[in-house]
Amino acid sequence: MAVTTPAPARTSEEPAPPAPARPARRRGAAVRRWRWPAVVPFFAFMAVCFGLPACTLAYNAFTVIDPDTGASHHSLENVRTSLSGAYATGLAGSVKLSLLSAVVATVLGTVIAQAVLASRRSALRKAVVSASGVFANFSGAPLAFAFIATLGTTGTVTRLLHLKATGFSLYTFAGLVLAYLYFMVPLMIVTILPALDGVRAQWREAAASCGATRAQFWRHVGLPVLMPSLLGGAVLMFGTAFASHATAAVMTGSSVPLITIQIANALSGNVLVGQENLALAMSLNMVVIALLVMAVQIPLQRRSNRWLG
Amino acid sequence: MAGLTVTPARRARPARRKRSYGSALVLLLAGLYFLVPVAASLWFTVDDPAKGVTLDAYAKGLGDDGMATSLGLSLRLGLATVALGLLLMVPTMVVVTLRLPKLRRVVEVLCMVPLIVPPVALVAGVSTVLSWQQDLADTPLWGTFQVLVNKNFPLVLVLVYTVMSLPFLYRSLDAGLRAVDLATLVEASRSLGASRLATLWRVVVPNLRPALVSGAVLSLAMVLGEYTVATVLGFEPFSVWMVHVGEYEAQLSVAAAMLSLLITWGLLLLLTNLAGGRARKGRKTTA
Repeated sequence: MAVTTPAPARTSEEPAPPAPARPARRRGAAVRRWRWPAVVPFFAFMAVCFGLPACTLAYNAFTVIDPDTGASHHSLENVRTSLSGAYATGLAGSVKLSLLSAVVATVLGTVIAQAVLASRRSALRKAVVSASGVFANFSGAPLAFAFIATLGTTGTVTRLLHLKATGFSLYTFAGLVLAYLYFMVPLMIVTILPALDGVRAQWREAAASCGATRAQFWRHVGLPVLMPSLLGGAVLMFGTAFASHATAAVMTGSSVPLITIQIANALSGNVLVGQENLALAMSLNMVVIALLVMAVQIPLQRRSNRWLG
Repeated sequence: MAGLTVTPARRARPARRKRSYGSALVLLLAGLYFLVPVAASLWFTVDDPAKGVTLDAYAKGLGDDGMATSLGLSLRLGLATVALGLLLMVPTMVVVTLRLPKLRRVVEVLCMVPLIVPPVALVAGVSTVLSWQQDLADTPLWGTFQVLVNKNFPLVLVLVYTVMSLPFLYRSLDAGLRAVDLATLVEASRSLGASRLATLWRVVVPNLRPALVSGAVLSLAMVLGEYTVATVLGFEPFSVWMVHVGEYEAQLSVAAAMLSLLITWGLLLLLTNLAGGRARKGRKTTA
């Protein structure tokens, strides 16, 4: 009904140019037939493959199953457990690790990207961009093995520099930051390069001709303009570090408490009977934190688009 | 104007030269940080305390059945993920751009949501859904679950990986669609008598090629390195095999890690070769 009514109504309204109106109408009708079938599979896929697990996650996180009777009831117990004791330590550890590595990656990535731009060599820039693409994708288990082979107990560099005598160990919080930076810094370089390109040479010249030093230029012009992009990059870095599981799981096992490792362990059956939903409650905590952090980015992006677009 | 640009340039020159030492140092340190682990890992795989330099680890890896099977599984999963992702996203994005602009925001949000739900949280939900299998033993759905978790080709991984690759696909397709005037192209093609499918296949897809290639390569790289989802659901693609073998053969797993770095590198090289030339041309016309 709604599909057929508007077309004749429009032709009666504007009878003056009949020739161009007709093909447009026919095209509209033809397209109307196929525009919904083209998008339905996508929405159906999202509903089944993302909506169903996500809703199950949210629903079951608030459901407690009695191990004796098998009866289930709604309760906040899972969430309470997931925010106390060892699980709270894991969540705090993940947040701390992600914050620290995000800040360091943002700073280092920006400094390196600026150094590449300052060199004004397009070949160098091309090489850095393609290498960053490779290293940004080199995460997870392979990255963990590369670091174990380099700085692990029998790693090449550990033996070469006798690092064991200095008390260095890769399987710690600091070791994880070092490994995470390996894929986060390249990701930051790729993310921030376009924004740094937007800092025009004219602004620098204008500042210099007004007598500003280089530090003053960055303090009063460069950084304020870049701030939204930097914060956006930092949010992306935080999200990446927060979500990553494989690198830490392979490198440190459970020796550094992280929420992702605890969830994976719980799912693999390392929890008591009747507590399966605890993993879901922990996952829900992760989603909430990720949401809060991502929410910071949205208003910022609009502002940066105005200057650097 | 001329005076304004010349004076600071002259004054800035010594400063710039000083800074270039600074940037050279930064780049040198960064280069060291990124190259040392690769070099050290390569040395780790060929250095045997007893025998000196050998290529045993690589020979063993190539002869290992587990490696061939798991790498093959990863590749098949990757290709299936790319195919499903493109089949879902290309028609949706094209129709949304042309005919349903109101849905654009909805599609964007849906595609970006997987960024908020970390893989480990997503797989927590998925494994709960899969655990319903026992309750559905008497219904035809039971067979569906059996297909989903088939060890030889776990379809459930393809579905989860497709969800995880939506952000890449959306971003690259969105960028590709912004760079071409799709409405005019489709109108021209249709007015010349091409069918809708012919238009999609022979006009839209070739024009979006760089975007399709970059989305596909990024998802492929993601699938080939994915560990979390596969290990929680109990399947053994390449990265999970790498970890299992690492428990008793450290050298072999490091060699496998280097191989996966090489594969990533090759894939991205392919991407720049296939899409680079056209993407650059596109950028020039929009600027």
